[in-house]
Amino acid sequence: MNYFFVLTLTGVAAGMIYAALAMALVLVWRATRVVNFAQGAMAMTTTYIALAVIQLTGNYWFGFIAALAAGLVLGAVAERGIVRWVENGPPLNAVILTLGLLLILEAVVPMIWGAQIRSFPAPFSISAVQVGAAFIPVSPFNLFTVGVVLLVMVALLVLFRFTGLGLSMRAAAFAPEIARLLGVRVGRLLTFGWGLATMAGALAGLLVAPSLLLYPNNMDAILVYGFTAAVLGGLDSPIGALVGGLAMGLALSFIGGYLGPDLETAGALAILIAILMVRPQGLFVHAAERRV
Amino acid sequence: MLEVDGLSVSYGGVTALDGVSLRIPDDGITAVLGPNGAGKSTLIRAIAGLVRPRAGTVSYGGRLLNGMSPEAIVRIGISMVPEGGGIIREFTVDENLRLAHLWRRDRADLRKALDEVMALFPLLAARRHLPANSLSGGERQMLAVGRALMSRAQLLLLDEPSLGLAPKVISLIMRTIHELSARRGLSVLLVEQNARSALSIANEAVLLSSGRTVASRRAGELAHEEELWHAYLGY
Repeated sequence: MNYFFVLTLTGVAAGMIYAALAMALVLVWRATRVVNFAQGAMAMTTTYIALAVIQLTGNYWFGFIAALAAGLVLGAVAERGIVRWVENGPPLNAVILTLGLLLILEAVVPMIWGAQIRSFPAPFSISAVQVGAAFIPVSPFNLFTVGVVLLVMVALLVLFRFTGLGLSMRAAAFAPEIARLLGVRVGRLLTFGWGLATMAGALAGLLVAPSLLLYPNNMDAILVYGFTAAVLGGLDSPIGALVGGLAMGLALSFIGGYLGPDLETAGALAILIAILMVRPQGLFVHAAERRV
Repeated sequence: MLEVDGLSVSYGGVTALDGVSLRIPDDGITAVLGPNGAGKSTLIRAIAGLVRPRAGTVSYGGRLLNGMSPEAIVRIGISMVPEGGGIIREFTVDENLRLAHLWRRDRADLRKALDEVMALFPLLAARRHLPANSLSGGERQMLAVGRALMSRAQLLLLDEPSLGLAPKVISLIMRTIHELSARRGLSVLLVEQNARSALSIANEAVLLSSGRTVASRRAGELAHEEELWHAYLGY
């Protein structure tokens, strides 16, 4: 029972990280109907930038902010510089380009910072809290992870539900041509959407690195988990990304804990295949076709 | 005044519009009539900036619109209602209306514009917070026209507002368009296959066929030219 409790808590903490990356994939998908396979590599890149800033300034929070800002810029540049050029072509073109971006980033980053595995600081302790004689299997950093991802989710929800900018972004995603006829600058909003998404991805990168360490393909497995979480949530739904992320975190924690950690990635793929076979539209999407 | 001069549009080698010229004055209703495939929708889409002309010019108030994006064209006072209304089904009635005003960045005026549309279409006021896909066809068309007014346009481009509606609803829509034009001094370009309904409210009429202008008359005159009707409108 106690072991189950431990696995549940670590599953929730990991799940929040998958949810952040799933959120990034969902935001990109909503904006441009592209699955961004470079999302993990972009998060890895911004985490390296964070590390450089932390080493330069000696302050974790400067690195944290630098990573988020770098995410915003990197996402915007990727949309404007790469995806925009193929937006009228077959959807596969954009997907292949994101794969290309993944390869480029994973090649360029080690050229700049080296390929060795690096440790990455956490702003709070990553060891379990001790209360009297008992250990509670949650670290302050776990709590920070859950809190900061929830905060981002709520902020995005408020943006989309209650602001004019969010209304325009939703219009640009649902019906780009109609939106343009109503004066919405769709192109700019798609760029902003990619920036926002990559910022969410950068957050996932920052939260993964203290426990999983930092190296040029440290996000590859997380991308698979985040993608599965996003598909589980329907790819179109921010709430779905959160629930999907948590479900993935818990499932992988139980698989790793009871069946062995080697099976985690295989477990994620098995879940992905199962979802695509049973409910390909995801759990949170009312099946709606895209209209133009 | 909207001036269209020698406008030609092709879709991948197929000519949809072949040197069309017309003038739309700053008030009154101009009906553009013609059979299916005459190029009516292409004309309206080219004016709104959705398709690029191969040749010819479009200008509004002396300003050249060629090369301008749809979102820029709406900012100079031209608002298009696409075929079927183009309402965003995922949004509520209120969200559809608000969206069209956002670019003005004027909260006080947003409230005023919303109130005006609600007064004009009381049916919409009752359904304000319902999803737009719960509306009937006629209500959707009203929402679409109301939404076009939210941008405070001076020129409305309406693409087949009667399409798929019951006769009673069509006459209600036509009456509304007529009142808008008369009371607010709006200029309307009304593309219609339903020639009789359109001519009942239009001041001017243009007849298109195979991408060319066949006739351009006072609406009252065209209504009585039986040969043209037989040849092009199939009555």
